[in-house]
Amino acid sequence: MPSTIIDKVWSAHVVSEQPGAPALLYIDLHLVHEVTSPQAFDGLRNRGLAVRRPEHTFATADHSVPTTDRSLPIVDPIAARQVAQLETNCREFGIPCHSMASQLQGIVHVIGPELGLTQPGMTLVCGDSHTATHGAFGALAFGIGTSEVEQVLATQCLLQKKSKSYRVEVTGQLHPSVTAKDIILALIAKIGAGGGTGCIFEYCGPAIRALSMDERMTICNMSIEAGARAGMIAPDDTTYEYMYGRPFAPQGEEWDRALARWRRLPSDEGAAYDKEVSIDAAALEPMVTFGTSPGMGIPISGLVPDPAGVADPMERESIAKALRYMNLEPGKPLAGHAIDVVFIGSCTNGRISDLRAAASVLKGRHVAPGLRVLVVPGSHDAKRQAEAEGLDVIFLAAGAEWREPGCSMCLAMNGDQLEPGQYGVATSNRNFEGRQGKGGRTILASPLTAAASAITGVVTDPRRFA
Amino acid sequence: MKPFTRLESRLVPLPIDNVDTDQIIPARFLKTISKEGLGSQLFCDWRYDAEGRPKPDFILNQPRAKGAEILLVGDNFGCGSSREHAPWALTQFGFRAVIGTSFADIFRQNSLKNSLLPVTVPREVHADLFALAPDATVAIDLASQTLALPGGRTVEFPIDPFAKHCLLNGIDELGYIRQQEDAIAAFEARSGCVVNTLG
Repeated sequence: MPSTIIDKVWSAHVVSEQPGAPALLYIDLHLVHEVTSPQAFDGLRNRGLAVRRPEHTFATADHSVPTTDRSLPIVDPIAARQVAQLETNCREFGIPCHSMASQLQGIVHVIGPELGLTQPGMTLVCGDSHTATHGAFGALAFGIGTSEVEQVLATQCLLQKKSKSYRVEVTGQLHPSVTAKDIILALIAKIGAGGGTGCIFEYCGPAIRALSMDERMTICNMSIEAGARAGMIAPDDTTYEYMYGRPFAPQGEEWDRALARWRRLPSDEGAAYDKEVSIDAAALEPMVTFGTSPGMGIPISGLVPDPAGVADPMERESIAKALRYMNLEPGKPLAGHAIDVVFIGSCTNGRISDLRAAASVLKGRHVAPGLRVLVVPGSHDAKRQAEAEGLDVIFLAAGAEWREPGCSMCLAMNGDQLEPGQYGVATSNRNFEGRQGKGGRTILASPLTAAASAITGVVTDPRRFA
Repeated sequence: MKPFTRLESRLVPLPIDNVDTDQIIPARFLKTISKEGLGSQLFCDWRYDAEGRPKPDFILNQPRAKGAEILLVGDNFGCGSSREHAPWALTQFGFRAVIGTSFADIFRQNSLKNSLLPVTVPREVHADLFALAPDATVAIDLASQTLALPGGRTVEFPIDPFAKHCLLNGIDELGYIRQQEDAIAAFEARSGCVVNTLG
């Protein structure tokens, strides 16, 4: 029977299937960070357990770390204790840890692929919902809770029920200034924030094949914002070219053997899916969100919807509540709305190609007076590469802040945050109430849209600067 | 894990779709290295004003929430981040079950590991639950997978059989997985994973 890539990776990792229980699934790579792991390590200590496979585990500090001068200690004592606890736990349990002082430190979903740790056909988990990012390589990658972090540390396994398969075909060709971020925001707007619940997406079609690995990661990253635990893209030459020579990628004969395995991963012709949806890339415009769920997205030429036109009472109230929080009027365009902050970064759009995109708009221009613009690379590698290309000079000359790597204002755990009532255009993944700081109002967009908005100080169509 | 068998309680209605885990427990409280102390921060930004005073119009601050152990929610509850701090905060506040039309996958998994029962009901039952009087109680019986409404009406709800078994008997999944050590070792011997984070 023809199989999907989801079937193939799944069946290659089933350790056992007992009657009346979910399958026991083996995990090839476990990424660990400071926020969702301390209670799991405590659990191991309480039970007197070791980490079963430290060589399949990799830790970094990203959420709580400051993105300012790293030679200084963390000012927030609670954050400092959390980062120190990660270092202590990793030392005690023998796990490689790239914390504040390491030149490999960065957002866990940015450094995994950069280092070649993320590989096609593997199972990969992390106590973080944006683990879906790694699916861009044809890995089965999903976020887990802290109890599951403890289970994987102790046994390298998880009890899992197989999710449904959901084929997301993206046809056609993107117009200039329309990006991978706009594809995924359009998908979530189309199927809703819960549209993929219980499913794993497989993204396919010519518009997906045409994307770089960075762009594919942007798409897979936000699978969770449509409720899907994972999103996968079959590996191809674009994948292999990206991976070749990366520090943890297979080398020499190992590479040849791995390549032969990986080439068998793509879904077979005629494989069946539980659900399917199709999007025409050529019909897309740059997307922006108006509300407090990533599903509340509109094309930049569109109007903020009127909740009065929504039939379902609870959905109507959810949109009305979102507009009250955002202080936006129905029926008005979002383009042209004044903003206070622009955030360029995160595991969604903090990679080198995102920094290049933003710099291409900001080059020779200056950000609007009074506007705060943070550019936060996703990793030291992205930062070094950007500096080698002179992108930091472009950002600084434009009046933006050029910062150290981390999650930063995506979730505002580290002090980088919106003030109450402020509007921010962000390249990150979530516009939830208070996500970027209590009372802050987030408008999600691509790096091009964010950079264009930085110049004008209002929500701006990036095609204006193309 | 604490077993879950039966529960009779009043409902705390929260008629909002897509309640994300950043609302349930904002990220700034995730700097803790403990599981404890999260109940007072549950729904913090909806529950307290800028000065930290309880907002009287928020349901958790109203008399009907006192002692109630069931939260009644909308679609796709618990969407967003994978933080297990969400069910920790809910259970520490006193909730033992959440009734809604759908739950986000990771939130559901995290809840089941913390004896917090996610109960999925059809839309018409959901609407009837929201229409109940504030002092009405419902009863959840996990063994029979039924929810009893006032007036004698009962509805069945679905739950994964293994999760049900674990909840009824207070079984911890990690203990169960560790019993399969031989199968794990055999899998490791036959499968080839090339990644080695140490070298």
